[in-house]
Amino acid sequence: MDLPTIWFVLIAVLWVGYFVLEGYDFGVGMLVGILGRKNNDRRVLINTIGPLWDGNEVWLLTAGGAIFAAFPEWYATLFSGLYLPLLLILIALILRGVAFEYRAKRDSAAWRRGWDFCIIFGSFVPALVWGIGFANFVRGLPITTQTTETGLFKGWVMQGNVENFFGLFMPFALLGGVLTVVLFLFHGAVFVTFKTKDEMRERAQAFANRIGIVTIVVMAGWTLWMAGAYGKPANWVLAVLAILAVVGAWLLNRVGRDGLAFASTAASIVFLFVGIFVALYPYVMKSSLGEQFSMTAAQAASSDKVLQIMSVAALVAVPVVIAYQAWSFWVFRKRLSVKNLPVEQPEAEGVH
Amino acid sequence: MDPVTLARWQFGITTVYHFFFVPITLSLSFIVAIFQSVWLRTRNLAYLRLTKFYGKLFLINFAMGVVTGIVQEFQFGMNWSDYSRFVGDIFGAPLALEALLAFFLESTFLGLWIFGWDRLKPKVHLATIWIVAVGTALSASFILAANAWMQNPVGFHIDQTQNRAELDSFLAVLTNPVFMATFPHTMTAAWLVGGGFVAGVAGWHLWRINRAGRLTEQAEDVNAFRWATKFGAWVLIFAGIGVSLSGDFQGKVMYQAQPMKMAAAEAAFTDGTEFSLLTICPVDKQSEEHCRAIKIPGLLSFLAHGNFTEPVPGIVTTQAEYERTMTPRLEQLYGPEVAQRVSRNFAPNIPVSYWTFRMMITLGMISVAIGVFMLLFLRKSKSGHQRLPRTRWWLAAFIALPLLPLFGNSMGWIFTEMGRQPWVVFGWMPTIAAVSPGVPAAQVLTSMIVFTLLYGSLAVVEVKLMLHYIRKGLPEDVQEPKVVEHDDEPLTFAY
Ligand code: HDD
Ligand code: HEM
Ligand code: HEM
Repeated sequence: MDLPTIWFVLIAVLWVGYFVLEGYDFGVGMLVGILGRKNNDRRVLINTIGPLWDGNEVWLLTAGGAIFAAFPEWYATLFSGLYLPLLLILIALILRGVAFEYRAKRDSAAWRRGWDFCIIFGSFVPALVWGIGFANFVRGLPITTQTTETGLFKGWVMQGNVENFFGLFMPFALLGGVLTVVLFLFHGAVFVTFKTKDEMRERAQAFANRIGIVTIVVMAGWTLWMAGAYGKPANWVLAVLAILAVVGAWLLNRVGRDGLAFASTAASIVFLFVGIFVALYPYVMKSSLGEQFSMTAAQAASSDKVLQIMSVAALVAVPVVIAYQAWSFWVFRKRLSVKNLPVEQPEAEGVH
Repeated sequence: MDPVTLARWQFGITTVYHFFFVPITLSLSFIVAIFQSVWLRTRNLAYLRLTKFYGKLFLINFAMGVVTGIVQEFQFGMNWSDYSRFVGDIFGAPLALEALLAFFLESTFLGLWIFGWDRLKPKVHLATIWIVAVGTALSASFILAANAWMQNPVGFHIDQTQNRAELDSFLAVLTNPVFMATFPHTMTAAWLVGGGFVAGVAGWHLWRINRAGRLTEQAEDVNAFRWATKFGAWVLIFAGIGVSLSGDFQGKVMYQAQPMKMAAAEAAFTDGTEFSLLTICPVDKQSEEHCRAIKIPGLLSFLAHGNFTEPVPGIVTTQAEYERTMTPRLEQLYGPEVAQRVSRNFAPNIPVSYWTFRMMITLGMISVAIGVFMLLFLRKSKSGHQRLPRTRWWLAAFIALPLLPLFGNSMGWIFTEMGRQPWVVFGWMPTIAAVSPGVPAAQVLTSMIVFTLLYGSLAVVEVKLMLHYIRKGLPEDVQEPKVVEHDDEPLTFAY
């Protein structure tokens, strides 16, 4: 494999890692609005991801940074082209990140309700927008090659940035958004089942049982549609694997094999996003205006020298990161329930 | 407004805002780690209380640092996509490495520290906060290396076919003289803020307890806060020395790399050796003869060259020099029109350069002076009597202690970044050529308004929360943490 291909694969790995990990904490964030009836329920939910979510989010930062370093042209075209969707995601991630940390810091119901809303909104929006975004990547975005204003670059530009904002919401893309929302909800519910005990575990398991069915249907619909309309032969295989994984997760959840069920939803996310990257290759960005305008990995790549340096760094660092994140997961392996919560809220003595 | 101006405003607003939280994270992570180490060494619960108290303030700050940082990561692509195309081959690598090597460490181990009090053995738990601290320093080093490359591009060539900068030597990028100067300067400037923060908060508590006449009731708190106040004051003093030494070094490097910035910082149109303490010119007259100035002979030469006699070129000389060396390159890379626009004036905004440079030094140094005074004041007298702050003046001093160096940091960055104008990559890429070609001004304006509103309201929330937890003081009934055994035992900490 040549270096750009290796980096295409590595970046796919980073995105897949991101969705497997942040997928469950987006799910848990949305579940705060569904399973969190009382304050203490919500606290149990939030505490299942408390120590982990920030580390999960760094997978996104690394994926973004790696695209910048390895494929500057891709980074430049993608991020400036999808300006408004990205803005939406950033707002959501800002609110959500602050909310986890600040929610418990004041003993006031209104305060907590406000932050709960931020957690739910901040988890739902990225879950939806990423799905819409990735569906659009396989469909192709309206990019063309052109010389930029300064006359310096023969780069890619998104056509009609504003008009095309609404072009992003085609049925195929919308279904993609629905898929990531329900899939992350399922993944999150299975995670909560795995990480809690007593009443919360039962509720999460029951919810996973219901949302699982929806996920199976949407997963089947979207992946097969994708394989048929935009995919390569391998996409049929990956679609089937993804569907089997969600079905498996649903069955495992029913019989109470929580850990395996979680592994299985994780696997379905892996198959889904690997499928998306397989459908993209050899392009990093497909053009909806014609194949000749699509951007290949080789065209977008940095020089071999940079890719070599980055390869060494990634080869050493990624396994180490995975090792210590796994250790962290293991340290917090105990199941939680309302009983484990300290006093009602950290400040019982009240606020002015 | 044109997209360039908007994009610049947006970048300025969001980075200056990000950097309100960064200095506190950079210094307080180490300080909390030190407090916790002292506790483990002495097993004196006073230090554990200090660890938890400042630890909580650190976390409130950290959350804002994280979320504002995410915006920075994506802004290069959103607003500065031609910049990203031109420099990605070089600039992207430190950014990616920062995430891979530093952000993962920071975030994962901070999670372990926050929630790990009753899951990890004390020594392992202590290690987690040290790893966080090292992670923050690592992250600063990568991002500063990236920034230093924009100030002083090294180790690259221009690839003619792709029209972009390509890497020759990563080592050169990581040993850029500007980076060697910026890193110690930024770190010590951050420690100035951390020292001021610790001392200011602890001193304020002493003041309050003293005024309420509760010295005997709260004797334990008084002892802990006294210790912390002194600790913070010492940090201030050492950081003050460090920031001056590194700043002096940085001045020399800056003069080598960007003589125009030096000239602008002095508002010096003609060559000279004198450092201006205060120069006032009528706004409409942009030349030296109309100005009134108080000057110190020789000092400018000392800043730039390390002697007192060798003159430093002024703006006029430097403009001519830049026109000779840089205009042809601009024409070749960007065409005559851009070259002409940029070459008309190679100087940055002069009042901004002049004043931010002086404010940076002044604001920081006032806080160091307060620190020195406080330390002298808090000494025990010969009879063993302890003096404690009581007058109203002290209140102002405690508020000033963290805020002055914090704003000093902002000034330093505004000076560094605006002093680099009209370049985004000094000598190679003008700022007007760096913005995203396909992004309409309306979108940039939208995002700028959204970020400003969002950041504004979050600032109110975070400051209130910070003050609330500062007021609460040291946590009561702190016990030695023990590792939980039983499954239904309540955790020591949960959100
Ligand atoms: C000298 C230090 C310094 C400077 C100049 C910057 N930052 Fe920063 N940044 C930090 C020092 C730092 C830090 C101390 O490491 C932070 C602050 C709070 C935190 O969580 O880590 C951080 C957080 C932080 C995060 C969140 C990391 C996480 O999730 O844990 C991102 C994505 C960035 N930064 C990115 C940037 C970018 C793209 C910058 C350039 C414009 C930038 N920072 C300037
Ligand atoms: C965190 C501390 C920093 C602060 C407070 C800061 C401040 C600023 C300010 C005020 C501007 C606007 C200058 C102007 O438009 O005249 C600016 C521009 C810019 N800075 Fe920084 N900066 C910081 C760090 C960085 C770093 C670390 C990088 C790169 C790694 C960077 C890259 C840029 C870029 C690309 C621009 C846009 C071009 C421009 O307007 O000049 N900055 N910064
Ligand atoms: C003796 C005192 C000082 C001197 C001579 C000095 C010198 C300098 C110089 C020359 C620069 C510009 C570097 C460049 O653009 O290449 C700079 C930047 C900066 N200064 Fe200072 N400084 C001093 C004190 C301070 C203090 C007290 C603070 C903090 C409150 C501070 C914070 C900063 C920051 C944050 C920057 C921007 C980051 C950087 O480029 O390193 N400086 N300083």
